[in-house]
Amino acid sequence: MAKIDEYIPIVGQPTIDDLRIIGQKLEGKVIQHINSTSVGGGVAEILNRMVPLLKELGVDARWDVIKGGNQFFEVTKKFHNAIHGRHEDIDRRDYEIFMDTSRENIAGLDTYGDIVFVHDPQPVALIEKKKDNKWLWRCHIDISNPDREVWKFLKDFVVRYDASVFSAPSFAQDISIKQYLISPSIDPLSDKNKDLPQEVIDSVLSKYGVPKDKPIITQISRFDRLKDPLGVIKAYKKVKQRIDCRLILAGGTATDDPEGTQVLEEVREMASGDTDIHILLMPQNDIEVNALQRASTVIMQKSLKEGFGLTVAEALWKAKPVVASNVGGIPLQIKHKYSGLLCHSVEGAAFELKQLLNNPRYGKKLGENGKEHIKNNFLITRHIRDYILLFLSLYHKEDIVYL
Amino acid sequence: MSEKEIKRASEPFRFYTRLNLTELTGLSASNLKELLGCLKEVPGSSIYHHTHRFLQQHQYLSPEPPNDFAYWVHNVLGEKELGERLASIDTIGFNNIGDLRMEFISVIENYIKENASAGTKFANKDDALYFMKSISFIFPTSYVAYDLKGFLDGLKNITIDSIYFHIFESRLRLAKGTNDFSKWISETIGDSKLANDISKLDPYSYTLDELRDRIIKLTERRLEGLNGKDR
Repeated sequence: MAKIDEYIPIVGQPTIDDLRIIGQKLEGKVIQHINSTSVGGGVAEILNRMVPLLKELGVDARWDVIKGGNQFFEVTKKFHNAIHGRHEDIDRRDYEIFMDTSRENIAGLDTYGDIVFVHDPQPVALIEKKKDNKWLWRCHIDISNPDREVWKFLKDFVVRYDASVFSAPSFAQDISIKQYLISPSIDPLSDKNKDLPQEVIDSVLSKYGVPKDKPIITQISRFDRLKDPLGVIKAYKKVKQRIDCRLILAGGTATDDPEGTQVLEEVREMASGDTDIHILLMPQNDIEVNALQRASTVIMQKSLKEGFGLTVAEALWKAKPVVASNVGGIPLQIKHKYSGLLCHSVEGAAFELKQLLNNPRYGKKLGENGKEHIKNNFLITRHIRDYILLFLSLYHKEDIVYL
Repeated sequence: MSEKEIKRASEPFRFYTRLNLTELTGLSASNLKELLGCLKEVPGSSIYHHTHRFLQQHQYLSPEPPNDFAYWVHNVLGEKELGERLASIDTIGFNNIGDLRMEFISVIENYIKENASAGTKFANKDDALYFMKSISFIFPTSYVAYDLKGFLDGLKNITIDSIYFHIFESRLRLAKGTNDFSKWISETIGDSKLANDISKLDPYSYTLDELRDRIIKLTERRLEGLNGKDR
């Protein structure tokens, strides 16, 4: 895991100095993160990196995990989907299972933090333990169009927190507590984002049998309808009529997800007969994802819905031109025609892909702007800064705070 | 003139910086009338956020898109003429947020009066303008200048957040009327020429890095002049 000083060549010494200054302002405060798992998933991934960095900056950050059985996590998965706006059959028994496990955690988990920072809905009911310490609720999910019943159930807990945090402006809710906007981030020193030698990039292309003879369009996402892989193929086919190119669709396996398997079959069927379409069913391998992104001419993220869409930030960090849908947190990462191109349809995506493939200098400029934008706004150092400011804000009421 | 003759300031200049936390106000606009309503209702820190966000978040762009309102009206509602009018509002010409807010309101109200159909265009939910505000945290850095040479060293080392604070935030949001650099150079060094040269810059037409370079060059040139190298 990278040390804080290793970020200096990327963001500069003064930026790290500022982090140390504001970190020291939290002296004596214990920040207790609580989520539902220590491994797997985006929240655990970011906490694994962030907690040690916060400690290095002098912030007494700690991390605890709630307990729960299969039944509990099946229910919270349904909650997760419902908050995302997907229909789920949720009945009284589900709510009872959620509350039974919540009560066990309320009884068993020590909420010792001066600031208790609860991530996502699974531990939300811990707010029952609130005393005179500060409590924050961090929503990592796209909550712009939630199932009303599930959200009403959760909202009764959420409004008892001191403040909430969302990833995109459109996720803001009609609630009485303060709502802050803090975007997620990428780690430039992680395997997924660090610089790679050309030999590594070439070896990954070779491993997956992708020649370098034509421009490559790539979308990296699990095979899920919300990522619209079929729409990506349709856009590619429109481009292919005018420009000879390749398409890579790369994503994780979906063997435990019947719908994912179905989507993958449909993707394979639509791609059949075109040897320039490469469907790569990849295990979790960050170096390979990194290499495929770096080997690409244009990156796509044609999602129909996105929690945030950090694959866009990953691509822009590699100075790649990106064509992506105008959903979730993507418009925060791409300002149309300045740092990438936003699309609303298959036709729009195809048109923009052609623009980029036919005008490499335009693509290069968008990619360069995009990289600067990510450097300034979506790296883990900015994320740490926002979290420290968030913690400090709990002790200040005013809009201009002198530290 | 030797180095020791560079005038020492009567008061040192402490470089400060500011970092922002973004708060969601819960207000959003889908058409011009809602935009107008929000502009009248939101706190000044929200007007400030939406007129200065591009400078902070898209600092690689020059000239940068001028403000969120112009960008949204032009690109989402497709009201190109109004977008142009909002883009051309000279932010540097306003010494406080209240006056700037009134200018935006006035331009939009006049446009709606002149264009009856202007209120009929709606943005979908994904494209709505969500109002946010900035919570600013201001704190001293370790850089202190006792003369122009020390000032130059500080300029070269501070973050662009610090440049931003001393040029934009102090002048407009804290209603100081000028930038901190010019004020210090004029009042404690007594160098009104350099103070004026910095003051005359239109900071909204540079990226923050370019602005830093420009002020560094002006200061270097002034120091060369003081050292008798000015031709």
